Amino acid sequence: MVQNNQGSRIVAHAVLILGIAVVAFPIYYTFVASTLSLQTILRPPLPLLPGREFFTNYATALFGGVGRIGGVDVGTLLFNTTVVALAVAIGKIVISILSAYAIVFFRFPFRMFFFWTIFLTLMLPIEVRILPTYKVMVDLGLIDTYTGLTLPLMASATATLLFRQFFMTIPGELVEAARVDGAGPMRFFFDILLPLSRTNIAALFVILFIYGWTQYLWPLLVTNSNDMNTIVIGLRKMISFADADTEWHLVMVTCVLAILPPVLVVVLMQRWFVKGLVETEK
Amino acid sequence: MSSPRVTFNNKLLPYLLVAPQLAITLVFFYWPASQAIYQSVLREDPFGLNSRFVGLANFQRLFEEPSYINSFKVTAVFSIATAVLALVVALLLAVMADRIVKGRGFYRTLMIWPYAVAPAIAGMLWLFMFNPTMGTFAYMLRSAGYNWDPLLNGNQAMVLVIAAAAWKQISYNFLFFVAGLQAIPKSLVEAAAIDGAGENRRFWTIQFPLIAPTTFFLLVINTVYAFFDTFGIIHAVTGGGPGKATETLVYKVYNDGFVNLMLGSSAAQSVVLMVIVIALTAIQFRYVERKVHYG
Repeated sequence: MVQNNQGSRIVAHAVLILGIAVVAFPIYYTFVASTLSLQTILRPPLPLLPGREFFTNYATALFGGVGRIGGVDVGTLLFNTTVVALAVAIGKIVISILSAYAIVFFRFPFRMFFFWTIFLTLMLPIEVRILPTYKVMVDLGLIDTYTGLTLPLMASATATLLFRQFFMTIPGELVEAARVDGAGPMRFFFDILLPLSRTNIAALFVILFIYGWTQYLWPLLVTNSNDMNTIVIGLRKMISFADADTEWHLVMVTCVLAILPPVLVVVLMQRWFVKGLVETEK
Repeated sequence: MSSPRVTFNNKLLPYLLVAPQLAITLVFFYWPASQAIYQSVLREDPFGLNSRFVGLANFQRLFEEPSYINSFKVTAVFSIATAVLALVVALLLAVMADRIVKGRGFYRTLMIWPYAVAPAIAGMLWLFMFNPTMGTFAYMLRSAGYNWDPLLNGNQAMVLVIAAAAWKQISYNFLFFVAGLQAIPKSLVEAAAIDGAGENRRFWTIQFPLIAPTTFFLLVINTVYAFFDTFGIIHAVTGGGPGKATETLVYKVYNDGFVNLMLGSSAAQSVVLMVIVIALTAIQFRYVERKVHYG
């Protein structure tokens, strides 16, 4: 172990604290703003410490305030976003683990063709084909539905590739042993493969939950009605920097509510998240 | 894939297993993508009543259009600045985190927050701090005598969206750099220390070259991020303005397709974007192969 001298360690801590200050400040500042009265917010500079309106602001926002300015109450927004994030995360994991299982543990005609068909979608992010995908949505009548919000976000190759990579490290003896013991393919999948994949599933879940929660372009396109908005879109509709009437204290509360759930998921599931992030992208 | 594996012998089951993903992929990926390519060689009136085959005319018109060339330049400036800023800050912080002994977990926990913030919200937070009417930092800049107004000044708008985009990406890069630095064998760094190399020397001659694959990988990822995932930032903060100062390629596809209803042009732009993604992905995969050789 190289012994760094104390001076350089102090410098390192100082730089890190400065870095944290920059990285965490915008979020902290939003929280502070959410505890101030509208009058205080409109008169910069803002104080650096939380104000006294915490309970008033949050109560107003939660019970009708957001509905008044955004046309839909915050509960609905949070519910929609949770549905989208969970559906995208769970749906993507389910379909990817199944297709990876088929590709690794079976031999069948067109196997490699299917693999490449899925693999190539890596190269087609939703942003590059928005208009035609939107048309498909209209044709299928999926505008303003949860299906329309989530289904197109579920198919992507990353999760399939990760599971495929992991499955290929599973020794053939395990399959052999399962077969000798009379386990069929589904039994093997549920009793052996699934328990072995737990960490990978947890890691992917965190990443996909964040991915679903933070979607912007797609929800913007496929929702017309306010009732189907996700919280990020709802927030965008509430904000107008040109308009003097924006109730900023309530907007800031909504901001905090939009940031909090994914931050909690990342922080509480940090171990899996970091592992998943560094490994999926390899 | 060529290694002989022990497999199951069902005939029907594997097809059932790949069916869900294949169905979604075909309906939401290949069908729209082929439509984009098909549309890009047609010219359609905005009401969708008539369309005729025009060959590559849409592409030709596109590259003659000054606003498209402009959005190429905007995207280049925006992506390079975002990627470089996010990489430099993250690398500095990761190197510092690698030098300390205690508190690494604590710093990491605070450092990963922005990853969970939606790009659009990141943009809104930065606009809230820096908007000319009520932003605290805008107020401070003005008090210092600086004429700050990102809603009117294109360059300042660009600085603001770059800052927001880079801020959000620092967490991601930080985690990768920390992992990269920790993967360097301690004996190498120790040997250099015994030879009398100071901390900075050790960084530039040993650590920096050894994490080059990570840096290069992150450069590609950050560029892809700046190209595509930052739509929310641009849409929420500047709307491509003022003027067309922050109109990136992805924003223009959206704007021309959904707001201006220029379908042929929007489709041609989609196809150009697909080519760019394919190129970026190809670069990324070449690199992945190289990394395997480095071990």
